[in-house]
Amino acid sequence: MSPPLRAALMVTCLGDMFYPEVGVKIVRLLRRLGVAVEFPSGQTCCGLPLFNSGYHREAAAIARRTVALFRDSEHVVVPSGSCAWMVKHEYPGLVGEPGARREAEALARRTHELSQFLVNVLGRTRFRSETPGRITYHDSCHLLRGLHEASAPRTLLGHLEGAEFVELPGSDECCGFGGSFAVRLPEVSTAVLDKKLANAEASGAGCLVACDAGCLMQIRGGLARRGSRLRALHLAEILGGDV
Amino acid sequence: MREMATSFRDRAGHALRDGFLQEALTIATTKFKELRREAFEDFPEGEALRDRAREIKEATLQRLDHHLERLVESVERVGGHAHYATTSEEARRIILDIARRTGARMAVKSKSMATEEIHLNEALAEAGVTPVETDLGEYIIQLAHERPSHIIAPAIHKTKGQVAELFARELRRQVAADPEALTRIARDELREKFLRADLGITGANFAVAETGTVVLVTNEGNGRMVTSLPRVHVAVMGLEKVVPSLTDLMVFLAILAKSATGQKLSVYTTLIQGPRRAGELEGPEEFHLVLLDNGRIGQLAGPLRESLYCLRCGACLNVCPVYRQIGGHAYGHTYPGPIGILLTAMQHGIGSVKDLAHASSLCGACADACPVRIDIPKMLIELRREIDERRIAPWPERLVFALFARVVGSHVLYRLAVPIARLLQRPLVRRGTIRRLPLGFGAWTRTRDLPPVASRTFRERWRELERE
Repeated sequence: MSPPLRAALMVTCLGDMFYPEVGVKIVRLLRRLGVAVEFPSGQTCCGLPLFNSGYHREAAAIARRTVALFRDSEHVVVPSGSCAWMVKHEYPGLVGEPGARREAEALARRTHELSQFLVNVLGRTRFRSETPGRITYHDSCHLLRGLHEASAPRTLLGHLEGAEFVELPGSDECCGFGGSFAVRLPEVSTAVLDKKLANAEASGAGCLVACDAGCLMQIRGGLARRGSRLRALHLAEILGGDV
Repeated sequence: MREMATSFRDRAGHALRDGFLQEALTIATTKFKELRREAFEDFPEGEALRDRAREIKEATLQRLDHHLERLVESVERVGGHAHYATTSEEARRIILDIARRTGARMAVKSKSMATEEIHLNEALAEAGVTPVETDLGEYIIQLAHERPSHIIAPAIHKTKGQVAELFARELRRQVAADPEALTRIARDELREKFLRADLGITGANFAVAETGTVVLVTNEGNGRMVTSLPRVHVAVMGLEKVVPSLTDLMVFLAILAKSATGQKLSVYTTLIQGPRRAGELEGPEEFHLVLLDNGRIGQLAGPLRESLYCLRCGACLNVCPVYRQIGGHAYGHTYPGPIGILLTAMQHGIGSVKDLAHASSLCGACADACPVRIDIPKMLIELRREIDERRIAPWPERLVFALFARVVGSHVLYRLAVPIARLLQRPLVRRGTIRRLPLGFGAWTRTRDLPPVASRTFRERWRELERE
């Protein structure tokens, strides 16, 4: 028997502090699939908030420490498309000298957003749904347009046993989060969110799934304030046992 | 640049509360967006042509001086005059000189963002030349004393009801809020202007270096009237719009209208080569091409270089979640939307976009829709970097980010921050959620709940998870 696949969880700052249950679900899910899960304990944030606001020197320092922390990981699994994009897309250009760049490029190749890891690396697509009924999917911008991934999450949700997947009208439109954008221009951010929520409610789904903690913070925040019965879940929260 | 009394955030807020604007914007941008998507769905070779167009743009910029020299030679060869304007002011002076020399009293104009950029209409009026906009949307906003709010649909912010009211007030003609009836009135009013005008002023979508051909992509036929009836034709064009050859032009024509309006081609594609020649029955006696720099050359080797690829199709506006909510006027400059932020920085410097650079969630829809795949989000981030590094960003913001960088730069500080956050949030958490943050921190919680820091973070659960 070949040794089990090893994967380090990059839980992200939002995942660590606000949505620890998502990380817990991922660990249990991956273990059920035979993956040995590690958690490099020095990890904090990927630096995306700094990078997107233009603080590149500071973001580069974070990138260098993150590259070092995950140096020995066989695979790195990230529950947010935006953080995965940061590592895969921006780290190599940020870290500076050629040696560091090569290491960052290697990390970029080993890093996967959760749905991509499940479908493309593990080849597992069939799971039981933790939530029965009609579900829909919001494409997070960085996963869709940054990592060009529209199909892995849909493959997983479309095959879910015990749930019915429907497309969300305007699923590819931004939810209005955008990191600091959400607090710099809260009125615009909320107006964009309102469109997303109206579409989600019109879809007839009882549950909206996303692959990004940032989008979930925004969408859940809006749903809670509206008193909506619609739930917003991370992909890991809906994937039950494999079939 | 006009000084603006209000902040971008205030202007955006104002736009969000304008019910008419919201209605008009949603209808029009959604229509454009869908039509564009359908046009490319039915056009499998579109993706390769977009790549090709991008290559042509890049290759042209690499030898821009050469292509511009050839363009000037070609224009002069066919009997036209080419002028180079470094600034808006210089461009206005060139055009006013032409008007004065030819004794012009009235100028008919077809839609042109370049002439908006140089604030030509005000200058013409001051010099005693009446400017008359003849594109329907431009005509509407000229009557309303406004400025375009979209690159290709200048009156996109108005509902048909508002246009009917405007016509009743300004033209004293009562008419139903019916696009066809409204168009008929505008056509009536304009016909006589076309015949009276001495000067025809247009922009240019392209100018072909090898032939000196100026290309206008329009839908209403007014462009043809403007370039054939008056005695003198002046075309004003950003100098980056030169294309080397007619073959290259075809690549752009194949994707421009699809990106802009979803049309396979626009209704009119007008190719103009110099003034009227001996034996020709129509066309102007004089033809002038004004090549406008206005900050463009400065970005040839600058961080905004890629924005010189822009075809001005407006596709990035139609898909931008921010533009779709606030429209073009809130941006406060000639060019709105994601590309407009870059063009504003190009023309007015980094200080003019210190707020606008953040008017994007960086969702990337603009780069996706752009026919030549301009990486707009990347350049917005680049602008933000410059704003931070040159300390144009306000100091409280820089302090917050510096603190954040310190905390996430060390797992010790990061770990220490968690119990502090729990302590601070304690009085604010009600039934597992934060509904209101005090002092200046309400930007998130005015409209959205905020999750509290978990009672046990993932890190704090890992030890026992490890043993499971």
